Amino acid sequence: MGEVIVITSGKGGVGKTTTTANIGTGLAAMGKKVVLVDTDIGLRNLDVVLGLENRIVYDLVDVANGHCRLKQALIKDKRFDNLALLPAAQTKDKTAVKPEQMEVLCQQLKEEFDYVIIDCPAGIEQGFKNAIAGAEKAIVVTTPEVAAVRDADRIIGLLEAAELRNPKLIINRIRPKMVKKGDMMDINDMIDILAIDLIGVVPEDEAIVISTNKGEPAVLDMNSWAGQAYRNIAKRITGEEVPLISLEVEEGVLGKLKKLFGFKS
Amino acid sequence: MDFFSKVMGKEASLSKNVAKERLRLVLVHDRATISPQLLDSLKEDLIQVINGYMEIDRKGTEITLNSDEKSVALVANIPVIKIKRGYEQSRA
Repeated sequence: MGEVIVITSGKGGVGKTTTTANIGTGLAAMGKKVVLVDTDIGLRNLDVVLGLENRIVYDLVDVANGHCRLKQALIKDKRFDNLALLPAAQTKDKTAVKPEQMEVLCQQLKEEFDYVIIDCPAGIEQGFKNAIAGAEKAIVVTTPEVAAVRDADRIIGLLEAAELRNPKLIINRIRPKMVKKGDMMDINDMIDILAIDLIGVVPEDEAIVISTNKGEPAVLDMNSWAGQAYRNIAKRITGEEVPLISLEVEEGVLGKLKKLFGFKS
Repeated sequence: MDFFSKVMGKEASLSKNVAKERLRLVLVHDRATISPQLLDSLKEDLIQVINGYMEIDRKGTEITLNSDEKSVALVANIPVIKIKRGYEQSRA
């Protein structure tokens, strides 16, 4: 019996879908059987991030309403046989699926897969309720910005109200240089405020843009910093203890000069 | 921290500290929208405790959260019917 994990954030654009794609691919690369479920009905994107957009025949709404069998709607990943995607419908709206249907679906999926990872839409309405309905664990994604952390706080409250206890935090798109200058909140600032456990920190990385362009998750790019962070998160999900990646920045010429003149503490 | 910032005493004006302070205030307000159930159970607990010391008007008891710009206060209006005799002695 597998486990069902929802990836959520409240605010849009913080990297839920990228996180889902990378964690899922990371787990699959470790040999786990993984299915990714896109619950963002009307605004599906997980298929594109994974490079599977041309293979969709049936979708989540078709499955929920019995228009096809579950197996028919699952799309096999290009790279891993043990990774599948259940895409969202693009032409319907969020009310096309009910939380009860999602519960049944998750139940069926976890019999087959080690990890059922649910990509939640932004917001706190029907789509959110659908996404969390069948979940047993939650991962909250935020970025080091006031708006994103505020929404994460709200989401954590709603998750707890829905009995999804102890959600884990991913801090995405952190920029070590800005943190060092005091122009971006650091990891501890956000953990203090949100008071939940951290499961990973992902640095801002241009490789993510490039990998999304190609439809190849960065977690498979051994040279990507963010990819390394996602590989670590995937390991932590399986219970492995992995230290956080170092966010120390390489000192530029100016930094070295300042140090030379004793201007650095 | 940077040498220059130290000299200028910029700690407070670092933009991350501005962000933290704004976030703190906004969350005080967001979190103040506590569910009525939670407020009810807090009220029950309060009544329990106070009952040990004085007789109060349960029905007239009101617990609310008042928030203004900078802070949130828990305001309790608890009408006292009578103070139990012998309270001083029993506490002593």
